[in-house]
Amino acid sequence: MKLNTQPNLSDPDRFYAALTDLHRELDRQQSECVNARLILLLANHVGDFETLQDALNIAKDVE
Amino acid sequence: MQSTYINPVYPYIPSPDQRTGVLAHHPVVIVGAGPGGLALAVDLAMHDIPAVVIDDNNTVSVGSRAICFAKRTLEIMNRLGCADRMVDKGVTWKHGKVFFKDDLVYDFNLLDESDHQLPAFINLQQYYFEEYLVDRTTDFDCIDLRWKSRVTAIESTADVTMIDVETPDGAYQLTCDYLLSADGSNSHIRKMLELESKGQIFQDRFLIADVVMKAEFPTERWFWFDPPFHRDQSALLHKQPDNVWRIDLQLGWDADPEHEKQESVIRPRIQAMLGDDAEFELEWASVYTFQCRKMDNFIHNNVLFVGDAAHQVSPFGARGANGCIQSAENLVWKLAHVLKGKAPKQLLSTYNSERQQGAKENILNSTRATDFITPKNHISRVFRDETLRLAKEHTFARTIVNSGRLSMPCRYEGSVLNTPDNDVFTCELSAGCVPKDAPVTRNGQSGWLIDFLGNEFVLMIKVADSNDQVLIDNLKLLNQHQDLSILLISELPLPEAFSGFGTQLIDTKSLIAERYDLTHGNAYLFRPDQIISGRWKQLSTTTIIDAHRRALGYEMEECS
Repeated sequence: MKLNTQPNLSDPDRFYAALTDLHRELDRQQSECVNARLILLLANHVGDFETLQDALNIAKDVE
Repeated sequence: MQSTYINPVYPYIPSPDQRTGVLAHHPVVIVGAGPGGLALAVDLAMHDIPAVVIDDNNTVSVGSRAICFAKRTLEIMNRLGCADRMVDKGVTWKHGKVFFKDDLVYDFNLLDESDHQLPAFINLQQYYFEEYLVDRTTDFDCIDLRWKSRVTAIESTADVTMIDVETPDGAYQLTCDYLLSADGSNSHIRKMLELESKGQIFQDRFLIADVVMKAEFPTERWFWFDPPFHRDQSALLHKQPDNVWRIDLQLGWDADPEHEKQESVIRPRIQAMLGDDAEFELEWASVYTFQCRKMDNFIHNNVLFVGDAAHQVSPFGARGANGCIQSAENLVWKLAHVLKGKAPKQLLSTYNSERQQGAKENILNSTRATDFITPKNHISRVFRDETLRLAKEHTFARTIVNSGRLSMPCRYEGSVLNTPDNDVFTCELSAGCVPKDAPVTRNGQSGWLIDFLGNEFVLMIKVADSNDQVLIDNLKLLNQHQDLSILLISELPLPEAFSGFGTQLIDTKSLIAERYDLTHGNAYLFRPDQIISGRWKQLSTTTIIDAHRRALGYEMEECS
């Protein structure tokens, strides 16, 4: 697998707070749009298709 | 309504086959005189294979229909002797704009690789494309075009095909070795043989309208997602010759085609699209739905299906007519070689295998464009809209926006006709690819590489060391090999020792060397359809002869 699923975030708590803060004032529809934009931006940063496919597969399979 | 083009009317000429009352036999009968049928006939004639072309009408396309012809199609037309008129008449555009809701999201400028004879694509109404091909058929006595003739019955066996043809003078029968069915998406031949073209029908309707602008309007392609004048749908505008503009309006599945086709309904929509000041005349309009589908096998006994009859795509990305012309070209040299006894019959099966790959690629690309334009569910719509929103500021998102990808030729990389690389070449090309053009001179006259490829096998060899006696000895042997012509590429004119070995071209800008990664003694073998079938850093006569045999299908396992 090419996707790195080992700890890699420089500041996990800060990231998580920023992510939830981002959505705090949004309704479901707005959140959906923000999430879509986030996925697109991060996917472009990753770039490599196989790595993205690994992420898609894990996201799909987690119960 | 149509004011810029008057359809030619071709004469119905009673055929001697009908008069004599004797059952006539022809090597090749082509059903359908559209872009595919006409390209097949001209290409076969260039291989000296006569063909009867049967068409139930007596004119070219009614309405503009296919309008975007890509470089590969133009290169094929160049080989068939029709490209100049098409390029002269056609419109080339480079600028485009993408709109989302009320906003211009971005504009773009298509940058094409320079130093090619032919442009990346032209816009040209299908009727001109067909008319120029019909005109070209008159240069060949061996093309027998039979207008106002309809095939009403077909009987196909492993050896022979018999058809009933209905004409204004009644009916007659004929037989042929090979029948090429190029009779469009609703192919009667396919139906009469109870064969299926399977795939996906898209639950959507589109209005297609051609308008003539009365004032200047930019030569750009404009695509709107969810515009204010046409909420929740898409719209496309681009230019054709004669000041005609093609408009595509998505209508949705619930739209009533008869209602939508009325001028009183179309006009206000188009006015909103073009702005209040634009003055225009409506030239032609039609409502269509589309399908992406193909046959599982394009060959049934000796009946071969070509173009929309074999594979059909949505219009986004202009892959219908462009795919059709590539299929026609793929078939002709193989059929010509089989008919002349220069290749085994199993070569024909690679028409199916290679063009199945092309059809799948075209269907995949046009389905993806269609799914972007018409999202299939709520979350797809969210991703589509947010991609467009991001595209305004962030260029990465523009690469995801898909309003149709330009038709690119298929790379037959896994074809059984290829000889796989043993050497390392560092360039984009490989066995199975179409060639890359480059400027050349021959005897001081400037020209283009692709003018020297095709119709027969061509072995292109780079010569930098003109004292290479081993190469000269190899050339002597290869020069005696049938159906293989030699093309010598060099930076400077070659000495006398090289004369008599085919054609010599000067690589004026060193672009052949660059685009094909050539150094002294390197060679590329091109098929009669210009596709690369093998390449070598070190020339060896036996290797070339083996590759030539392989490309003719001699190394394939016998087909039952």
